[in-house]
Amino acid sequence: MTALKQSLELGLIRCRTCGLAVFRAYLGVDRRCPRCRSRIEHRTPFSTETTLAWLIAGIVFYIPANLLPVMHTSGLLGEEDSTILGGILGFWRSGDWDIAVLIFIASIAVPFTKFIAIGLLLLTVRKNSRWQQHQRTVLYRIVEFIGYWSMLDVIVVALTSALMQFQVLGAAEPRAGIAFFCAVVVVTMLSALSFDPRLIWDRPA
Amino acid sequence: MSAAPTTPPSEGELPTPALQNRRWMPRLVWVVPIAAAVIGISLLVSNWENEGPRITISFLSGEGLQVGKTLVKYRDVTVGRVSAVSLSADHETVVVSANLSKEAAGLLKEDTQFWIVRPRFGVGSVSGLDTLLSGVYIGMKTGTAARRERQFAGLENPPALAHGPRGRELQLHAARAGSLNIGAPVYFRQFQVGRVIDENLLPDGSTRVSVFVEAPYDGFVKPVTRFWNASGIDVKLGADGLKVQTESLAALLVGGLAFDDGPTEAVPATAGGAGQFTLYKNETEAMAAPDGEPQYVLMRFAQALRGLQVGAPVEFVGVNIGSVIAVNLGYERGDKSFPVVVTAKVYPRRMGDAYAVLTAQGKTESHETLAAFVGTLVERGLRAQPRSASLLTGKLYIALDFLPASPRVAFDSSNRPLELPTVKGTSQELEASVDRLVQKLNDLPLEQIAADFHTDLTDLHETLSELHTRALPNAEDTLSALHRTLDSAGRTLEVESPLQRGLSETLSESRRTLQAVRELADYLDRHPDALLRGRRPQKMPQRPAASSSDTNP
Repeated sequence: MTALKQSLELGLIRCRTCGLAVFRAYLGVDRRCPRCRSRIEHRTPFSTETTLAWLIAGIVFYIPANLLPVMHTSGLLGEEDSTILGGILGFWRSGDWDIAVLIFIASIAVPFTKFIAIGLLLLTVRKNSRWQQHQRTVLYRIVEFIGYWSMLDVIVVALTSALMQFQVLGAAEPRAGIAFFCAVVVVTMLSALSFDPRLIWDRPA
Repeated sequence: MSAAPTTPPSEGELPTPALQNRRWMPRLVWVVPIAAAVIGISLLVSNWENEGPRITISFLSGEGLQVGKTLVKYRDVTVGRVSAVSLSADHETVVVSANLSKEAAGLLKEDTQFWIVRPRFGVGSVSGLDTLLSGVYIGMKTGTAARRERQFAGLENPPALAHGPRGRELQLHAARAGSLNIGAPVYFRQFQVGRVIDENLLPDGSTRVSVFVEAPYDGFVKPVTRFWNASGIDVKLGADGLKVQTESLAALLVGGLAFDDGPTEAVPATAGGAGQFTLYKNETEAMAAPDGEPQYVLMRFAQALRGLQVGAPVEFVGVNIGSVIAVNLGYERGDKSFPVVVTAKVYPRRMGDAYAVLTAQGKTESHETLAAFVGTLVERGLRAQPRSASLLTGKLYIALDFLPASPRVAFDSSNRPLELPTVKGTSQELEASVDRLVQKLNDLPLEQIAADFHTDLTDLHETLSELHTRALPNAEDTLSALHRTLDSAGRTLEVESPLQRGLSETLSESRRTLQAVRELADYLDRHPDALLRGRRPQKMPQRPAASSSDTNP
């Protein structure tokens, strides 16, 4: 791996959208890909900074998303505000451990893992670490892929609120927590998107 | 730069790209985490601000309380939630911790009350039915004290006025409360306008009943208002007949109070400050004019007073001025007799103007004034007399009346209580006369009378049988002779009988005769001269014209 030349040394830039390798010298002033007309950069500018900003926003949103109730149910037997963790515990206690585990993974573990993963990527890129470069690239791809699945909870709440409207007998309404949860998912996806995985392979100057 | 480059220029020849204008872009992205932090912090702050007080309430039983589920409600609005239920250190009570919302903090006064709302079925009302499904909740009623408190002792029963409606709380004082329950209705002219909210036994043994009269009916409570016990059914068989009275069916079961304006001229019947009233036993007592202080009088009757009950009225010239409070047997050492000693409570004020005028001289309402007043009346012949109020019930009452004919007696005005002279009751007089009548009836020779009557009847019977055997056959003969006579008379009078025919001929003959006589009389009337000249030949009547020409020449 040591002898491989960096693209910059060859004067080449790869388009992140269509994968076309362009000679830097042939790029116009507008720096757009000659094939797909998308903006082309040798490295996405300020990638780490932007990623870090989105990541911090995601972590901040993650706190109210878990503390605030996501759903309010009312019925003949009283009213209840449920948080994500409360719902998981409820399923666990009532014996539906499989559903509990599923929600736990989708709603708690996945966002948390994403924070760890993106944080790890940022840290290693900052340090120009050459440790496990291939694994880290795979990690980045995984983070990018599983991002959508965290919307499970949001969909559950949206469906339940829409379907469970029986006035006195029972009704469910979304609460502020779910908005924060949604924000966490969106922001972490943006964070992953703004990270330029090519930085993993950069050698210190 | 006019010559167009054909080969890629080297790195060094290229102008540095104008990136300065894009430097602000990554800084803009930091707005997101900053905004997120601001939102998060504001949420935390508002959450912290909304964090209400945590209170503990002790109950005797934690029946139905669920941690995290049981609500604390004020006026049926949720203001908190039970966060923990535990036993107290001495294991005597259940300590319930609850988190209240921030706006409920102001409700937590030293005398704020908490109770567990469960379904309750009472005679007067059914409450808390909604808790059958939703489970119990903790009710709350704020207090008025200035001091704040976080530790409370819960009530075992909900207060009568859970959600302080507008109105007035009144204190009623009475010797005994009667059959009243907390929550018992208060009526104003048979409308329920309030409820009994508390009952207390005061240290002096009297009772204090707290009632709440709801707005706008509290306006009916005036200083002259009289309260009375309308509990149950008031059946009274007294000297004045049978009385049955009740306010409502509910009052019949759970008791109740009623109030109304007292007599308008009455002085305020307040027993203390504002909102303090006297609770009377019944409407009659409540509506009576103010009586002032009662005075006690003693009466010794030298006769049995069967039918005189405690509570029997004492009437002065027909006006009720008091009642008998004791009927005892005395002993007279002098003649070893057993007089009946009657103690009565009289209200001199009920004697009206007379008392006012008489006592005006004495200026004060002292015992001496009364004694002097009564002394004057006794001098004028005032006597106490037991009288029968109703022959049906046989009840007696004491009448104070002027009997000037009664013998004079000495009146000792220094006696305490005053002793009134007495006379024998009218009922006794009546009894005596009935006695005498019965005695006279007894004295009648009834047997002799009966024997005489019997003899007379025998004689009558003999006479009648004689009549039957002797007089009746003769009468039969007489009757048959009479029958024959009538028979011949009937024959004589028959239409075809000769007598009858002759008679009718005679009658027609006489009619013709009478006709001739009438004609003669007529003729003579017109021609009186005929008597002398005889009858002239009959002239034919002439026509009027011919007759005038004939007569004129």
